[in-house]
Amino acid sequence: MWQRRHWLAAAGGLALTPALPALAQFRVEISGVGATQLPIALLRFRDEASAPQAISPVIRADLERSGLFRFVDTPLQIDETGLPMYADLRSRGADALVAGSATKLVDGRFDVRYKLWDVVKGADQGGQSMAVPPADLRLAAHRIADALYEKLTGEKGVFATRIAYVTKGGGRYTLRIADADGEGGQVALTSPDPIISPAWSPDGKELAYVSFETRKAVVWVQDTSTGARRQVANYKGSNSAPAWSPDGRTLAVTLSMEGGSQLFLLNRDGSQPRRFTQSQAIDTEPVFSPDGKFVYFVSDRGGSPQIYKQAVTGGGAERVTFSGSYNISPAISPDGRTLAFVQRQGGSTFRVMTLDLASGNSQAVSDTSDDESPSFSPNGRFIIYATRSQGREVLMTTTLDGKVKTRLLTSGQDIREPVWGPFGR
Amino acid sequence: MIKTSSSRLGLASALLVALLAAGCASSVKLDGPAPVENRDANAGANANAGANAAGNAQSNVATVDLTAKSAANSGADRIVYFDFDSFVVKDEYRGVVETNAKQLNANRQKRVSVEGHTDDRGGREYNLALGQKRAEAVQKSLTLLGVQASQVEAVSFGEERPASAGADEAAWAKNRRAELKDR
Repeated sequence: MWQRRHWLAAAGGLALTPALPALAQFRVEISGVGATQLPIALLRFRDEASAPQAISPVIRADLERSGLFRFVDTPLQIDETGLPMYADLRSRGADALVAGSATKLVDGRFDVRYKLWDVVKGADQGGQSMAVPPADLRLAAHRIADALYEKLTGEKGVFATRIAYVTKGGGRYTLRIADADGEGGQVALTSPDPIISPAWSPDGKELAYVSFETRKAVVWVQDTSTGARRQVANYKGSNSAPAWSPDGRTLAVTLSMEGGSQLFLLNRDGSQPRRFTQSQAIDTEPVFSPDGKFVYFVSDRGGSPQIYKQAVTGGGAERVTFSGSYNISPAISPDGRTLAFVQRQGGSTFRVMTLDLASGNSQAVSDTSDDESPSFSPNGRFIIYATRSQGREVLMTTTLDGKVKTRLLTSGQDIREPVWGPFGR
Repeated sequence: MIKTSSSRLGLASALLVALLAAGCASSVKLDGPAPVENRDANAGANANAGANAAGNAQSNVATVDLTAKSAANSGADRIVYFDFDSFVVKDEYRGVVETNAKQLNANRQKRVSVEGHTDDRGGREYNLALGQKRAEAVQKSLTLLGVQASQVEAVSFGEERPASAGADEAAWAKNRRAELKDR
């Protein structure tokens, strides 16, 4: 059974009107996880209504999007200093309670506090206080959601991380950075020429991407907080497909300067290009393994595009995908165990697949047919990818089992080339 | 400015229009409404030119339309189309390659980009590499005819700059191409 919820409306009455320009909007589609959802009571934070950004709706939206929680209503109105009525909460079926406050400080910042209680044990599970400027209230809410998620599931949350993607509309291409929930989007670069293949530096401070602004594909790196940008690969022919090594010191790129599309490694400032693959075929879409020892990439050296891996120190390439005649766009999970990629099935169906690298078992995680550009969340629990829906390009997130999906739409624009940023903002 | 055969052609047709318009103007009665003819889709443009010519020819302003220039720059004699999943320059485009090779051989200062394109099926980066392969196939055909390697840069736009927005074979066939552009 599929539940469809108009997510933001459910989360706190934030009105979405078409008048808001290019507002990103995730919708949640959940299938078959009801039995495993943790029942939780999340109270409105005291004084959040007078803050420019309410806290509890953001937390609630984050937790609900994970598919692991369901929310229990209660008339209880306390903040983090209050005493929960455990008996009443238990009778309503809540296993956990979260309450908090957002108090304006004299310097204009907000002191955001929360506390978590284990309702079943009747125990205080601790909380946190953070003073943030008004512009970081959403970030504070995402951080609280991450803390709650980690406490309640044992895994790190990714709600405070960011995604980058490209929108196309009105003849312009725009590289955007948004919160992982698609909100708070900001423009990093806007251009009349195509922008493709954004890639986050491991520290989350820079984006590498391909821009066609000089009438050819050139690899640029841009500092997202200052906007300072530099060309790192602008050789004869095409320069594309940037990927960062985990230590941030090396970029792998596809260059055609020696004829054909071949992989090269560069220092992060673009210096010392050295050829990494030697084939008569197309080699492209490099991505480093999380331990930095291997580069996975696409090559059609065997007659059709397949995913291979090759040690960074050199040596031969080893084929990784065997089923299907068109496997492209590799992404490796943060634990190095799962490969996500796009497989062509039949004539014109392109689907995001996962491959368990140890067992060789593969599985479709999407039910759409025009998928592109899978990218893992830094906790390895989600994949974000681009697809088409009703003639528009949209973004989807999915859990690795494919059961919980969200869709990101923007009004009047195509949205594509998603890439999930690292932890640590 | 480097004149190409297509821009000469453009100039010639502009002159032709002007001559026709001037011829028209001589038979127009100045005190009556200008006769309107609707011969074809270009009739409107011709009628405007005629009206100008009928007035003060010295106040004519020549419009430079960069869209038109860019269209001329990639006219039929500068595009090579490819079959699905193919990088072979077909015999029917030998003339295109020879014409452009002749111009490049006649003027060693002349530089061109060969821009490879694909249809929009498949991944963006893989398509960029496929477009590059098409561009390099045309580049190779030019150098085999004596063009210097330094005169030609093969680049690719992959699926990012379709010539036709459709999602059928007719549109895809128009998008699988390599275009020669002056640099």
